[in-house]
Amino acid sequence: MSASSTTDVGGLVLSRPASKLRVWWPGVVASLAWAATAWVTAELEDLGDWERTGMLVWIFAVVAGGALLATLAYGVFGRLPQRVQRKGPWLVALALFFGVWELFAAKLGILPQPFFPPPQALLEVFTDDYAKLGISVLYSMKLYASGYVLGGLIGFATGVSVGWSRAVGYWVHPLLRFVGPLPATAWLPIAFFAFPTSGSASVFLVGLATFFPTTILTWSGVAAVPQAYYDVARTLGASRRFQIFKVAIPAAMPHVFVGLFMGLGSSFAVLVVAEMLGVKAGLGWYLQWAQGWAAYANMYSALLVMSLLCSGMITLLFSVRDRLLGWQKGLVKW
Amino acid sequence: MVSPALKPQPGARIDIHDVSHSFDLDGRALPVLDSVHISAEPGEFVALLGPSGCGKSTLLRLVAGLEPPTQGSVLQNGATITTPDPSRVVVFQDPTLFPWRTVWDNVALGLEAQGLIRSQRHRVDEALLLVGLTAFAKAFPHQLSGGMAQRVSLARALVNQPSLLILDEPLGKLDSLTRLSMQSEIVSLWQREGFTVLMVTHDVEEALFMANRIIVFSERPARVAAEIRIDRDYPRHRGDPYLAELRREALRLLGLDASW
Repeated sequence: MSASSTTDVGGLVLSRPASKLRVWWPGVVASLAWAATAWVTAELEDLGDWERTGMLVWIFAVVAGGALLATLAYGVFGRLPQRVQRKGPWLVALALFFGVWELFAAKLGILPQPFFPPPQALLEVFTDDYAKLGISVLYSMKLYASGYVLGGLIGFATGVSVGWSRAVGYWVHPLLRFVGPLPATAWLPIAFFAFPTSGSASVFLVGLATFFPTTILTWSGVAAVPQAYYDVARTLGASRRFQIFKVAIPAAMPHVFVGLFMGLGSSFAVLVVAEMLGVKAGLGWYLQWAQGWAAYANMYSALLVMSLLCSGMITLLFSVRDRLLGWQKGLVKW
Repeated sequence: MVSPALKPQPGARIDIHDVSHSFDLDGRALPVLDSVHISAEPGEFVALLGPSGCGKSTLLRLVAGLEPPTQGSVLQNGATITTPDPSRVVVFQDPTLFPWRTVWDNVALGLEAQGLIRSQRHRVDEALLLVGLTAFAKAFPHQLSGGMAQRVSLARALVNQPSLLILDEPLGKLDSLTRLSMQSEIVSLWQREGFTVLMVTHDVEEALFMANRIIVFSERPARVAAEIRIDRDYPRHRGDPYLAELRREALRLLGLDASW
């Protein structure tokens, strides 16, 4: 054992392990990298006139301090919560990303201004324009939630009826075949004059974009239920109602969630386009407005918010799915 | 196992009366059953033995009421069977458990479908006790072995206190050790509960070990070729020379005695 030292104490030979220094290297590197980023931000001259450079330095410094604290905690306790420890390498990568961005955009001018604003410009949008941005998020969410829930529910009901009943299938299948594949955005011009308000038109479009994949996947889910399940249910005395609600629908749920997931993406696209073209509020409108003023920092901020929203909604959908479909093996983790 | 309180209902009398049946195969009729005539006394254990694909399983579907026969009729205690009914439950070759339901909820299925679950929850616990799976009540089907899953499907049938248990090769997909132990288990359940059993199998030893009577079918379209009565008390012993003698006869009736 090379890591132990022997000491001769009054004839007794004590063997003890050398105090082994436990170092969380990702934490060490991350602390240094964030500190360096903060230093670059503070010490080098800004090329433009940005007001939040000071605040940005503080934020970088706080992150550096946090990384240092985590590193010290690791030294003391020998480990960190799994969730924190796993993110170590990412913490380093993010420091490098922000450092390079700051350097190239604000200090060296390698990224042309004003098209690629530095981090402090985005920070300024969040500190100064949060009210307008927040309202836009609320408007978008309101539109989106109404459209998505409506489209999802109607799609689910349609899918179950088409999958279950031959008669419904006979009439609805052709409609689905011809109307379904049309991109919902193609309806935009018609929807805007056919509906009383641009808001209700957007709800319709978002609903339509959700409806189609949800219907098709629910339908295929119901159609794929093995005949044996119904045989079992029938011999146990199940009514038709029981067979639909307790056999067909639960068996189809994994498919339904795939449909809802697909609907999530396509309907968000429709929402943004609708807001850019007609609705006078929401994130799509904010993007359009920012472009009109050549406010590039605002555009990037709005994009960032959008990506967080979309990701958040997928997280929400997946956690609902995980609760409902915990019986399935090998679910994808979001 | 402590005595479960599933009250035995008297077994049903089953009359399969001159039943012929055919499938519609691209517009052509494919006959699978030809004038089948079988009766089962209340509480009797009847095994249906025959070559694979001869139409035995179809006969069970007719008895269960899942399909109407093309010709003839199937009677339960003198009344024609037209629809499925929980007094006649089927255990299929595949356990066909619902993967989204726990073991307990799978067993509860029949009571739930009949609207009895609120008042009769204890029957589910008793059925699980009966098949020795109380500890697995909260498990999901994908966590069970094949033998355990088939026991759950047995419990799902027994919870309805059937007067006729229809077994469609229930042990066909199990490994041979599990198979032997479940044969004994089913026999003791049958003796305790008193229902009538119709069991399709193509395992001669299984039929001899479990049944009062064996009906031997011909090739498709299935006709009753012979009947073997087994006068032996339970529990039976697999090495019994009497059973060995009957085994030879059964194989001869199936045209397989050359290898014996």
